[in-house]
Amino acid sequence: MTSIVPIQETKWRLPDRGRVGVSCLIATEFALFTIFVVAYVFYTGKSLTGPTPDRVLHLPIWPTICLLSSSLTAELAAKALAGYRISTFKLWVAATILLGCEFLRQTALEWHHLITFDHLTISTNLFGTTYYALVGLHASHVVLGLTLLLLTLVLSLRGSMSGQERRFQFLSWYWHFVDAVWVVVFIVVYVIGR
Amino acid sequence: MASIPYIPEVSAEDAKAPSLPSKLHEWIVTVDHKRLGVMYITTSLLLFAVAGILASLMRIQLAFPNGKFLPPEVFNRLFTVHGTTMVFLVGMPFFAGLANYLVPLMIGARDMAFPRLNAFGYWMFVFGAILLYFSYIGGEGLAGHGTAPDVGWFAYSPLTERAFSRGTSTDYWILSIFLSGIGTTASAINVITTIVSMRCKGMTLGRMPLFVWLMLVVSGMVLMAMPPLTAAQAMLLLDRYLGAHFFDTQAGGSALLWQHFFWLFGHPEVYILVIPGFACVSEIIPVFSRKPMFGRAAMIGAILAIGMVSVSVWAHHMFAVGMSSTSNTFFVAATMLVGVPTGIKIFNWIATLYGGKIRFDTPMLFCIGFLFQFLIAGLTGIMLAAAPFNWQLTDSYFVVAHFHYTLIGGMLFALFGGVYYWFPKATGRMLSETLGKWSFWLLVIGFHMTFDPLHFAGLLGMPRRIYTYPPGRGWEGLNLLASIGVIFQAAAVAFMAWNIIRTLRNGKAAGNDPWDAWTLEWATASPPPEYNFAVLPEVRSSRPLWDLKHPEDPDWKYE
Repeated sequence: MTSIVPIQETKWRLPDRGRVGVSCLIATEFALFTIFVVAYVFYTGKSLTGPTPDRVLHLPIWPTICLLSSSLTAELAAKALAGYRISTFKLWVAATILLGCEFLRQTALEWHHLITFDHLTISTNLFGTTYYALVGLHASHVVLGLTLLLLTLVLSLRGSMSGQERRFQFLSWYWHFVDAVWVVVFIVVYVIGR
Repeated sequence: MASIPYIPEVSAEDAKAPSLPSKLHEWIVTVDHKRLGVMYITTSLLLFAVAGILASLMRIQLAFPNGKFLPPEVFNRLFTVHGTTMVFLVGMPFFAGLANYLVPLMIGARDMAFPRLNAFGYWMFVFGAILLYFSYIGGEGLAGHGTAPDVGWFAYSPLTERAFSRGTSTDYWILSIFLSGIGTTASAINVITTIVSMRCKGMTLGRMPLFVWLMLVVSGMVLMAMPPLTAAQAMLLLDRYLGAHFFDTQAGGSALLWQHFFWLFGHPEVYILVIPGFACVSEIIPVFSRKPMFGRAAMIGAILAIGMVSVSVWAHHMFAVGMSSTSNTFFVAATMLVGVPTGIKIFNWIATLYGGKIRFDTPMLFCIGFLFQFLIAGLTGIMLAAAPFNWQLTDSYFVVAHFHYTLIGGMLFALFGGVYYWFPKATGRMLSETLGKWSFWLLVIGFHMTFDPLHFAGLLGMPRRIYTYPPGRGWEGLNLLASIGVIFQAAAVAFMAWNIIRTLRNGKAAGNDPWDAWTLEWATASPPPEYNFAVLPEVRSSRPLWDLKHPEDPDWKYE
């Protein structure tokens, strides 16, 4: 080959380590969810007894709106933090937390209804087993995301979020990931599986 | 020879040895990648010895027909804990240890990308290991207290369901692997990030040592392979404790689904175990042949191909469950396909040897042992990949012999080669060549004595996992020979342990670059200081240390 350009003259830039690390984490979480989705699809319609999804499940439109718009507020929060508008940032983080909590409340109500009125528990049939496992796994991720967001809010109220734009960016990625998984869960459980 | 600018000056202040308690404290709280690497490898070698003792107990039981040495329930626990330990607590941490110690040094970085995550991963693995062995005291099973798991390392359902595995022993198996899996995932994320984001100036992907390339691929495979196991174990826990029905066949659940999930993890896993071995061989063979690696680009392409194809071969572990002939055909073809890139690697290692000025030091001997034995292991693998042949020999000792050939004859030989090669770097002392050669030859003799006959025992119909067998089936001689081989293997390990202990006490000083090698880890002190390099290196070819040592004829003129 011909002589190479001396490296002093070229720029040496590598991807940010936080970006790479969080992307890897999201990739492996994605694989984890895939297995639960596969199990759900595999067992669709294989329950030996009722209740069946078409009888007891209803489209969760309102919680879906809440969760999806929380992705938007999280993004707005990240933008605000990057622009050093701390009070706006706090507002959007609080909005994200509220929307996430509303989503969880709706899930809790749904589960309460399923358990007390439809008598569907994790041990009732295969539908219950796979439904509670998949939706519960997602909800546990929402809880984790909310915990981190709450921590962010507390830190920003104490005034220690300056210089943390990068880290909040990663948290918002995680939150978008949790939302994206919900879209898959919604389609698989409430649209196709019903 | 030109001077190497990266070697740090060591002042008398730094060289002073601290007291024992403060030394111990330093090791426990450390986040230094080299210390964690040494801790990973030491722990995994200790567990290797423990699991080796379990295997020896099983070989004593099987030495003669109608053996009375062990009761059957103890035998079941032995093979379960032996397999689980060797895969999850020896092979995986050995990978993590090698990657931790060597990747930052090879790419000219000061540490891993996430040092604290690194320490977290190590301690999760230790906790998992403790949990597994604690089951010998705290586990509960059909036989009462003090029962270790006895469901096999793959823990097939529905055997693992609450109805058939009472007590907590199976839960110890689940949780121990669950935890060590989290640790492994953490270190895989760390390795990938380190390789992507921490390379020194000029260390392009094309110039990266093959070792680092292979570690990158393994880490990517870990990220994709661990989740199926973790998910399946979570489902199993739900079945066992909340009455879910994932693998409960009476409620319509599928025992087959566990097998699919398990092997979706399990087959990439065997590549995850053996590729760190490939990584050692790819560094050692060129240095001891005094030639650059033959077909570097092809080697990288081959490992990427192995990584990709290996996730679509899992059901070749399941030919006997009665899949459709379309599935069978697909998995036969995919399995045969994975032999192609593996073959490329073997050809390239041999081509590197060809015409080289070979030095037969201990690391090289282990690598040559690896080449022959791994080739045979690959060939029996191709035999087993043919579904009709597999139907005949599934769950027989032929399979046992095959995978021990890949894991001992392949992985372990290569890793021992790696230990002999990098020990001088990690400790600053040379292992004894005499003792090293003794341990190599004893291991070769013992290994072949144990595992060659087991192929034939399998062909003669001896099934796996039986605790004893009746006389008169032609298995006695083969089994006795296999058991005698264990004595040689144990002697080899003892020689190696003695070699390490003796060298640590008064070995001869190694110097910074005892093998006249070419990668960056040899361009600093032995052992390297906490910050690795005096100044961060700059790289212009795939053999940076060669360039420094031979400024009149550097590699970058030709690359």
